[in-house]
Amino acid sequence: MPNQPTPSSLPHLPSDAPRLQLRGIGKVYPGVVANEGVDLAVQPGEIRAVLGENGAGKSTLMKIIYGVTRPSSGHLFWEGTEVHVENPAHARSLGIGMVFQHFSLFETLSVVENVALALPGAPALDALAQRITEVSERYGLPVDPRRRVHALSVGERQRVEIIRCLLQNPRLLIMDEPTSVLTPQAVRKLFATLRQLSAEGCSILYISHKLDEIQELCHTATVLRGGKVTGECIPAQETPQSMARMMIGKDLPHCVHGAARTDGELRLRLAGLSHASEDPFGTDLEDIHLDVRAGEIVGIAGVSGNGQQELLRAISGEEVLAEKFPVQICGVEAGRLKPAERRRLGLCFVPEERLGRGAVPGMSLADNALLTAARGQGMLAGGFVRFARARDFARQCIAAFNVKCGGPDAAAKSLSGGNLQKFIVGREILQAPRLLVCAQPTWGVDVGAATFIRQSLIDLRDRGCAVLVISEELDELFEICDRIAVIAQGRLSPTRPAGTTTLEDIGVWMSGMWPAADLEHQPPAGMPTEPADA
Amino acid sequence: MLELEARAEPSRLMSWASPLLAVALTLAGGMVIFTALGKDPAEGFRIFFLNPVKDLYGVSELLLKATPLMLCAIGLAIGFRANVWNIGAEGQFMLGAVAATGVALSFDGTESALLLPAMVLAGALGGAAWAAIPALLRTRFNANEILVSLMLVYVAQLFVSWLVFGPWKDPDGFNFPQTRMFSDAALMPMMLEGTRLHFGFVLALAVLVAGYAFMNRSFAGFRMRVAGEAPDAARYAGFSAQRMVWIGLLLGGAAAGLAGMGEVAGPMGQLTDKVGSGYGFAAIIVAFVGRLNAFGILLASLLMALLYIGGEQAQQYLNLPSSISMVFQGMLLFFLLGSDVFIHYRLRLRRRAPQSD
Repeated sequence: MPNQPTPSSLPHLPSDAPRLQLRGIGKVYPGVVANEGVDLAVQPGEIRAVLGENGAGKSTLMKIIYGVTRPSSGHLFWEGTEVHVENPAHARSLGIGMVFQHFSLFETLSVVENVALALPGAPALDALAQRITEVSERYGLPVDPRRRVHALSVGERQRVEIIRCLLQNPRLLIMDEPTSVLTPQAVRKLFATLRQLSAEGCSILYISHKLDEIQELCHTATVLRGGKVTGECIPAQETPQSMARMMIGKDLPHCVHGAARTDGELRLRLAGLSHASEDPFGTDLEDIHLDVRAGEIVGIAGVSGNGQQELLRAISGEEVLAEKFPVQICGVEAGRLKPAERRRLGLCFVPEERLGRGAVPGMSLADNALLTAARGQGMLAGGFVRFARARDFARQCIAAFNVKCGGPDAAAKSLSGGNLQKFIVGREILQAPRLLVCAQPTWGVDVGAATFIRQSLIDLRDRGCAVLVISEELDELFEICDRIAVIAQGRLSPTRPAGTTTLEDIGVWMSGMWPAADLEHQPPAGMPTEPADA
Repeated sequence: MLELEARAEPSRLMSWASPLLAVALTLAGGMVIFTALGKDPAEGFRIFFLNPVKDLYGVSELLLKATPLMLCAIGLAIGFRANVWNIGAEGQFMLGAVAATGVALSFDGTESALLLPAMVLAGALGGAAWAAIPALLRTRFNANEILVSLMLVYVAQLFVSWLVFGPWKDPDGFNFPQTRMFSDAALMPMMLEGTRLHFGFVLALAVLVAGYAFMNRSFAGFRMRVAGEAPDAARYAGFSAQRMVWIGLLLGGAAAGLAGMGEVAGPMGQLTDKVGSGYGFAAIIVAFVGRLNAFGILLASLLMALLYIGGEQAQQYLNLPSSISMVFQGMLLFFLLGSDVFIHYRLRLRRRAPQSD
């Protein structure tokens, strides 16, 4: 985010022992070296970024500090004395708190009950609720202790996790990719809380791969690549480009992106799509309207859990609708068609989970090619599989999309996330779809593969395919999309041309506050600039 | 300190070595049991495992016993691969026998060469129909097929008893619970003179080959494997989960029904209340020892048949109770499940954590 204040200088940096120091930490899993010779120190009150791509070893390192796993080598010093962190309870007793990327809350219990479960003994709920309210007021983390977790938004759930840590008065707080589930406005509030904690002397380890956030928030940064420390810096004195070079070893690549056609034929129309979720804690879709034409990329932004899953299933056919008309694919009312029938109309789909949904982990790439391409690519003969054809097609995907693997017989799970995603995207694109729906195209993928995938989507658009992308990464959507809409609480905003929309506007819309459809081209006048919550 | 450590990927070697290890451990366990019962373990081994196959007749008996086992097991394996847990092959086996008997009794006295094929068909349909009940309840009401198919075994047993104690009882049978003996046209032709081995064995081998082709070569088999390994991927690809349940249960039921038909039209020559002799349950072990693979099932069914016959021999010559067969079956499954842990894990000897230096 540009034009943000740079982090305030450190409140106090005593010259004696750091709060936490790692020396030569290594972790070896069977066949994988996750960390090697990592040195890292955090002073009291310091906000230190741990920066690195997916798979760089950030999470493993944090799990070692929090006692979830043990290091294979190296030493860990807490306030000057060496400790062996046995388990998370031990870490908490030392004064280490951690907020995980994936929350660990019981949806059917209330906030205060969830917090009580994490505390030793059996605290009195009334007194605990009082303490929660105190902490939440002190740090600007409004949350009602009596509400049940399933009724909370993702941002509120994260607050519960943070409050749960704060109640134990931590002296070191570890935050694992905390902003991936927040709107830009909610991110700002989180940062205010973290700065306040830092001013009070709490150290913070802030894990992220988002360079702008780190520049805005963190005093110092340790950069990891391939499990090793590749550099330390003061983010305020760096540019995103220079930090990216430390993180990926080269300059950030960019996509080439020409103007979109706007006169292409209609390939996907959602005409008042409403659908109740199968999951009791899911999101119901309400009256969704959207057109996607040949030759354009339409993006749908939104905080996760706002109906993206349900929308994707309704388009792909994994969840069949009660009526035909709400989903129209290439001019055919497809609401009651099954996934294979929709595929025959020219729909291809890249789901967000790669292993287990987009690909069968234990099966070879050739078998995984069969998964969606069997009928369209002539891999069947009288009910029997022509395995040679499947292998040929897998080989084509591997060559055309530069997939690093052991060949068509390699098991899907043996590939890295980025390479498997390239294979899946390649499998769908090589079937020459008329409409491609792509969910989180680059989630958990390294920068090089992400750029390649984005460029592939743009090239596909230029060849006249209609592309719908659903992503939580706003930067990604702005990079590749021609038009952007926002999904919030199961409703879809009108679309806006990406070129004339700002990140801020989309951020406001992500809280569900967009002008009515007939005011589509006016600025959101009179809207609160700081919505209560996402 | 011994530790189980996850392997980076499952061991291919171990997935085939595991059944052999289980067999070896079962043998060792058997020796311990013989010794504990005061029998000479070497003598026990000879009688249990070598005596049954010492001559051609013994071998023919082994193949005869293996026939229903391999039929039931290959049918179950198709479902198991798709996570369709049909535990009721025993009941489907009995209903196959009942249906075949129905045809045989209805056309008693006919010389037609079509009678036997009609019985084969009836057997398969009878078993499939019995398996259709759990399939229907699972796909309609999401009722657990493990429980439903298992419960239906007991219903099937009572149904058979009611038939042979009631309407189908042989009027000249001195009130024994059994039907009339089948006429010659309703009996399986013999394969070897002087033995009880019949053409059902060839039929079973053909079904094994067909099962292999279905599981490893057909698109339907591929879809079943996907459904078993990654249900979300099957849903994503548009493979109907309901169809997997139906295919898995119907094929399993048909194969078990065929096995039941082979018993009444083969060695028994009539339907009695003892028709279900545990083949359907033993086939579950056979399917897993055979790694849900057609060739593996062929070998495993021979092994299981040997345990059956060896148990009978031990009863005769060693004065051991007939449940000795069940003990061996139980040990085999137990050791197999134990050995299977090493497909995904390896044992490592390791000193205390390396931090204390």
